[in-house]
Amino acid sequence: MLVSVAWSSLRSRRKSVILTFFSLLISISVLLSVEHIRQNAKESFNRTISAVDIIVGAPSGQLNLLLYSVFRMGNPTNNIAYESFETLSKNQHVAWTIPILLGDSHRGSRVMGTNENYFAHFKYANKQALEFAAGVPFSKLFQAVIGADVAKQLKYQVGDEIVIAHGIGNVSFAKHDNTPFVISGILKATGTPVDKTIHVSLNAIEAIHLSPSQQKKLLSDPTSVNLTPESMTAVMLGLKSLMATFKLQREINNYQKDQLMAILPGVAMTELWQMMATVENLLLVISILVLISSLFGLSTMLLASMQQRKNEIAVLRVLGASPSVIFALVLIEALLLIVLVIVAAIGLISLTLTLSSDWLASEYGLFLSGNLLSIDSLKVVAVIVVTSIITSLLPAIEAYKNALNVGLSSRC
Amino acid sequence: MISSALKIKESLAIDVKGVYHRYSKTKYAVGIFIPRWTLKRGERVFLHGASGSGKTTLLNLLAGVLSPTQGGIQLLEQEFSSLYSRRKDKFRAQHIGVVFQQFNLISYLSVLKNIQLAAYFGGNAKSKVEQKASEMLRKLKLDPDVLQRPAGSLSVGQQQRVAIARALINAPEILLVDEPTSALDAAARDAFMEILIEICQLTTTTLVFVSHDMYLRRFFDASVEISSLLKPVETVEC
Repeated sequence: MLVSVAWSSLRSRRKSVILTFFSLLISISVLLSVEHIRQNAKESFNRTISAVDIIVGAPSGQLNLLLYSVFRMGNPTNNIAYESFETLSKNQHVAWTIPILLGDSHRGSRVMGTNENYFAHFKYANKQALEFAAGVPFSKLFQAVIGADVAKQLKYQVGDEIVIAHGIGNVSFAKHDNTPFVISGILKATGTPVDKTIHVSLNAIEAIHLSPSQQKKLLSDPTSVNLTPESMTAVMLGLKSLMATFKLQREINNYQKDQLMAILPGVAMTELWQMMATVENLLLVISILVLISSLFGLSTMLLASMQQRKNEIAVLRVLGASPSVIFALVLIEALLLIVLVIVAAIGLISLTLTLSSDWLASEYGLFLSGNLLSIDSLKVVAVIVVTSIITSLLPAIEAYKNALNVGLSSRC
Repeated sequence: MISSALKIKESLAIDVKGVYHRYSKTKYAVGIFIPRWTLKRGERVFLHGASGSGKTTLLNLLAGVLSPTQGGIQLLEQEFSSLYSRRKDKFRAQHIGVVFQQFNLISYLSVLKNIQLAAYFGGNAKSKVEQKASEMLRKLKLDPDVLQRPAGSLSVGQQQRVAIARALINAPEILLVDEPTSALDAAARDAFMEILIEICQLTTTTLVFVSHDMYLRRFFDASVEISSLLKPVETVEC
């Protein structure tokens, strides 16, 4: 009964209630999405790479190397020599190597040259290996393995032919049309940049960059041209024993024949997070302030309605409502509004996330789940409800006092 | 049958004993003092006096919204003024109906909701309220269709009649009415008064009717000048 009275009361003050609703909707949506992105981004970044002990690339910064080799974001500053890769592979501490050669694209997806070690040793999330949803790894020169998102978005199936362009833009003038690739396999979804990548062999990358005459020669006789690449973007290393990690890192950094830099993914990831943490906390503080200000708005709206409510309170008192019932009515009104806002905010964010997840993944390498109802988000919701009760106490107490003082004859 | 009717007739609805009430918000010790005033069950009394004479204060005391500084009030032969405020609210919801000058209803609620709310606080089952309310509205010469309309959309005269229906929905023994006709025109006023008296007769409700309008005296068998109840307050120590 009280809830339906509170509901009617809200409806009777539609205009100010709707304005308050939107002000709360904006602030609660901001707070919830900041919190959601915070949790998810960390998870999404951390699951991207696992079990790789060292990443080697050309000297730049460790974040830069991490971003372009693992997240496929930005461009490599320089490449390393193929001989360095061979040397690294032969090192006594190294168990396996995954070469990475970037620089081409197919309709917006990055093309990565690598070898069979990638499918055998690359791990993501909690040491999960890559799995095939269909097909097998590439075995011939012009074969490709595509990530789950590429397959889904471009509706590719095993056996389809694709053409790879030079550069990483969506549209490129230099398309390597003479050398179409056949899709040999499709990977299962991982929720990492792997899903957005097209994997081919190292030799294939070399082959599409040959001059047309040499390509013709290659097509007629596959062994006539040397397809070993001259350089490499980065190399991921797995070590036989983690004890050797720092020793090997130092050795690589001091390598004389080539300019090399070795980074530890875990360390680089932590640095990335420390950088993000400042921004994150700033965002959180701002969104909390915005929420507080709109909660004050709620409180103001309820207080402003007290004048017109004096009469209503008098009527309720006469009907036998105790002052605490009137106190409760004001709180119920605030709570009804807040609950509506929270539901709307969750709906709004879920919708936005669902609609923008592809864009966020391709543009920022963020894989956000559309599911907002994690324990942490529920904690945030609980905090919002509690704070809104606290801010609504002021008008509720005002109503209570009114209820105590009001006489029978209210002459407004 | 006759004896029980006699008994009801004899038992007191209102018994005010040595009540002193001091207006709390004034600097000076101003208040009203009523040595003794009683009203039997089923009586209908017209209480009149100039404004500021303490009519409304007396009603507030009877309704339990105000508590006397000294003395006690018994309603329906039970201690009332000394009850805890929560018990008083409960008692008021169940045994006292109130109609005031204006703004008796919550304007954004439907007429039915207004009446249901009274039943809710009085602890009556919600299911029968609608039927009871439409019967009562018919007695008050209102179309039961108004039940679904928002109370704010009714004319003042209609609102006052709905206020009676609402005040009587829990079948209270006592009905307190404060200048209910001051916002009505002459024709509406007479119609309202006739209906009010008739329905109180029908339900044998004790009616305390407060007004400064001496014209309304003709609808009552008994009338009391408020100043005759009051004793001047001389020395006041609190």
